[in-house]
Amino acid sequence: MEDKNQGSESKPTKAITRRSFIRGAGLSTAGSVLLTTNALAFAHKEQLVTGEEYGPEAMTIKMKVNGMMKSLSVEPRTTLASALRDHLELTGTKVVCDRGSCSACTVYLDGKPVNACMMSAFDVGDKEITTIEGIAQNGELHPVQQAFIEHDASQCGYCTPGMIMSCVHLVENNTDPNLEDVKNATRGNLCRCGTYPNVFKATLAAAKKTI
Amino acid sequence: MDTRKEKFPYGIPGHNLSEIEREIPIEEPPVWPINDKLKIIGKRVTRIDALDKVIGKAKYTSDIKLPGMLYAKFLRSNVPHAVITSIDISKAKSLTGVHAIHLIENTQKEGEENKNGKYPIVKYVGQPLGGIAAESLEIAKDAIALIKVNYEKKSFVIDIDTAMEIGAPIVFDEPITQQQDGGDVGETHDGSKGKGNVRGPSTSSFFGGPRGDLVKGFEEADVVVERTYRTQVHTHMPLETHGVVVDWNSDVMMVYASTQNTNAVRNEMASIFNLPKSKVRVFCDFMGGGFGAKHSSGSFGPMAANLAKKTGRPIWLMLDRQEEHLSEGNRPNSIQYLKIGAKKNGTLTGIQQRSHGTAGVALGAGVGRIAQILYTCPNFATEQYDVLTNAGPGAAWRAPGNVQGAFGLEQAIDELAEKLNMDPLTYRDKIDKSEVRKVERRRGAKLFDWSRRQPAGSGKGVVKKGLGVGQSTWPRFVTLDSSVEVKIHNDGGVEIRSSVQDIGTGTKTILAQVVAEELGLEVKDITVNIGDTFFPVGPGSGGSVVTGSITPPARNATYEAKKALLKLVAKKWETDSSELFIENGQIGSKKDASLKMPFKGATKLMRTSQISKIASRSDDYGGFQQPWGLAYGDLGSVQFAEVSVNTDTGFVKVDKIVAVHSCGRPLNIGQLESQINGGVIQGVSYALYENRVMDNGTGHMMNANVDQYKVPFSMEIPEIETLVVEEYSALSSTDAYGIGEPANIATAAAIANAVYNAIGVRLYEIPITPASILKALGKVS
Ligand code: FES
Ligand code: FES
Repeated sequence: MEDKNQGSESKPTKAITRRSFIRGAGLSTAGSVLLTTNALAFAHKEQLVTGEEYGPEAMTIKMKVNGMMKSLSVEPRTTLASALRDHLELTGTKVVCDRGSCSACTVYLDGKPVNACMMSAFDVGDKEITTIEGIAQNGELHPVQQAFIEHDASQCGYCTPGMIMSCVHLVENNTDPNLEDVKNATRGNLCRCGTYPNVFKATLAAAKKTI
Repeated sequence: MDTRKEKFPYGIPGHNLSEIEREIPIEEPPVWPINDKLKIIGKRVTRIDALDKVIGKAKYTSDIKLPGMLYAKFLRSNVPHAVITSIDISKAKSLTGVHAIHLIENTQKEGEENKNGKYPIVKYVGQPLGGIAAESLEIAKDAIALIKVNYEKKSFVIDIDTAMEIGAPIVFDEPITQQQDGGDVGETHDGSKGKGNVRGPSTSSFFGGPRGDLVKGFEEADVVVERTYRTQVHTHMPLETHGVVVDWNSDVMMVYASTQNTNAVRNEMASIFNLPKSKVRVFCDFMGGGFGAKHSSGSFGPMAANLAKKTGRPIWLMLDRQEEHLSEGNRPNSIQYLKIGAKKNGTLTGIQQRSHGTAGVALGAGVGRIAQILYTCPNFATEQYDVLTNAGPGAAWRAPGNVQGAFGLEQAIDELAEKLNMDPLTYRDKIDKSEVRKVERRRGAKLFDWSRRQPAGSGKGVVKKGLGVGQSTWPRFVTLDSSVEVKIHNDGGVEIRSSVQDIGTGTKTILAQVVAEELGLEVKDITVNIGDTFFPVGPGSGGSVVTGSITPPARNATYEAKKALLKLVAKKWETDSSELFIENGQIGSKKDASLKMPFKGATKLMRTSQISKIASRSDDYGGFQQPWGLAYGDLGSVQFAEVSVNTDTGFVKVDKIVAVHSCGRPLNIGQLESQINGGVIQGVSYALYENRVMDNGTGHMMNANVDQYKVPFSMEIPEIETLVVEEYSALSSTDAYGIGEPANIATAAAIANAVYNAIGVRLYEIPITPASILKALGKVS
């Protein structure tokens, strides 16, 4: 087991996640409604834990990120995305919408994709975080990363980390994905530059190599 | 002038490729053959910066963290029209962690209406009023919430129709002296003409003014189409928002900017803060999308610099998603009246266009030049009006004006073809004089299998298929202020430098390709250092100017550097340098095949540490249409759309787009395809989904986020096939042009024409939604 030595003071508290803080979605505009949230993020169940209350001051917590135990001083209101970007300098994870609708901030929580902008850093607890920086192993690219390069699946590149997190998770969990599977895996990932066709091609090509 | 004559490839391979002789300046490099015979140019070269992007290492402006850096947040208006009577910052000031507050006052640089008191008049919801620098973004946000702004509210108008009425609340009661970064490119007006909120019109462009006699033209017409088309306001929504990090602790103001134009940001900041240009350094390495909206330092640049000045600390100021939607640009809407007449044989006799559009508090809502130039019609006139409203300012958006204009024009042409009993493609063959678009129509029709198209509305069943086509044109703009420096270092390294930025289009990669091709090296041997205003000035990434402007000087500077290196080798080999060449990293001699020297070895002959050559864009071979840099030829496209329309639900699905484009000599097929994909997807989005929804009662945007601002995600992406037609015009040492704008112009029109073909009823307004389809079908009222 990894070092769980967080001490009582950094134990996840009420697990009020950021989702409950997000202001009401408000008006739905005319016309068709697009599903814009990472489908896999829905699958993640948040546990309700009771305990002491902390904050609003910053305090030190520990978090296992990309296989390394990190300690950081954050306020309880800090999102996982902000913890990674602003405190651990892992800026590969991007914040685009900051409310769970673009998947640019996708990281893995114990191997499952979550939107890091929708999760409190305090709620990570002893779960393990993987970010885009942790996908390549020992300098060796994951086949999906390699295929993204070969198939020009990145233009400005701002959506790319989130896209890759979604696509790597797919090919790691589905040995023979088809186009629909890739579309499903990336259905919450916004790309404004229009890389989708090449993301599809790249991921299908990578899946063949992954087997 | 010293010139020489050279024969260039000319025309379209597989169609009419020939040769043309041009007299060119003596120092220009030798002619490149067509792409088939080149090693790196025109090939599918992977991006040189792709690795950094896929491992999360690429540093964007928003990722920058400097020692001691503070985070800044804007204070913005939450009313659409008001005079600010006072701003109370006392509570915010005393919040722990707040370092400085800067309010925008009516000074000459920042204010807009000096005579109106201490603070600028509020003209739209989201207008920046001030900013706070604090130890964290959260503290800055908390502090903003503690500021109390007292407004004296004024009446306001949000929607274009009301704004045009007599007696509507007036947005500006005076001429707008400065043309804003608005929609249309070309002849603009200063807002002094016109009445009330309606300003203009623009009646001409750099392609001239009205032509012929419209009355006569319509008299001669046997067939007339007369329609009004409407397009919506939509916002750019680049994934990385607008913003900067400013570090002003030394003599030089360092500005990290998410920008499409490092040079423009530098010039603006220098002018606002009264600094010599040499004392402002703007840097942009990776940039998360702009699509036209990121050419300026906006209000965030000066705000960050003011806060940096007040605090003595670096300032991070990136906008959030809502701010981005509200205040950093949008494509203006349009109401376009179009009347087109033709003779029985199809000959066009008259095109009349009148448009109104709103770029909010800015100007520039024209609908472009496409009706003026796509088809040569002897009788033509346009009047393009700006309507001012209390909404965020518009900004250039991929092919400003022309995307709106094409939606109207290309539907009208389709309707005309039907009235003339002609196939829409055959009809365009008749009225379109462009040779390259003729080839595009032919090749595209084959790839798309246009022959399967059925008469409009003839499909059986609930889901009806439709096929449609749309065309585009875009000028070949060249920015003469485009320079590079090419260095050959004595360790064998080769480097190219320019202030030009790569906004995701692949500029870094094509520069490496051009240098590598010229030097007989590989792309990986070239280091590209761009996006820094301490380097030679480069063009802004807008108007599809970059490739056509920066690659010729890149090649020319490389050629000069190569000549200098080969002279050293020639001296060593006691031969003439004109006999020498570089191929596969080896220097060889045409005369003596036994002579060989690796490139790296040759650089050891240098007595200085580097060879450095700077080159700037010169006039095109054979000159320009307009001396400021309007080149001959155009960047055309033909796009085909296949849609399925569910006549029960009104749901439209774009099944397939075939996009056939030309951009002179293609430099990197993969990157071109990617950009075309992007233009097409944004076109699908424009046609079917995105729409800025305003609440007319409060002036607030209702969907200033990602979840309700609808754009296509993976599920909505059609199959896209692209085809790039090579076209040689012998105009520069690379003969290459960009494709960013053209990719986005024709899509919405092609989809609208396909929807008509499917259901037999035409839609004159976008976005086309299930509701609008059902309404058109008479299924709902
Ligand atoms: S930034 Fe987290 S989902 Fe958009
Ligand atoms: S590559 Fe630019 S947003 Fe996806």
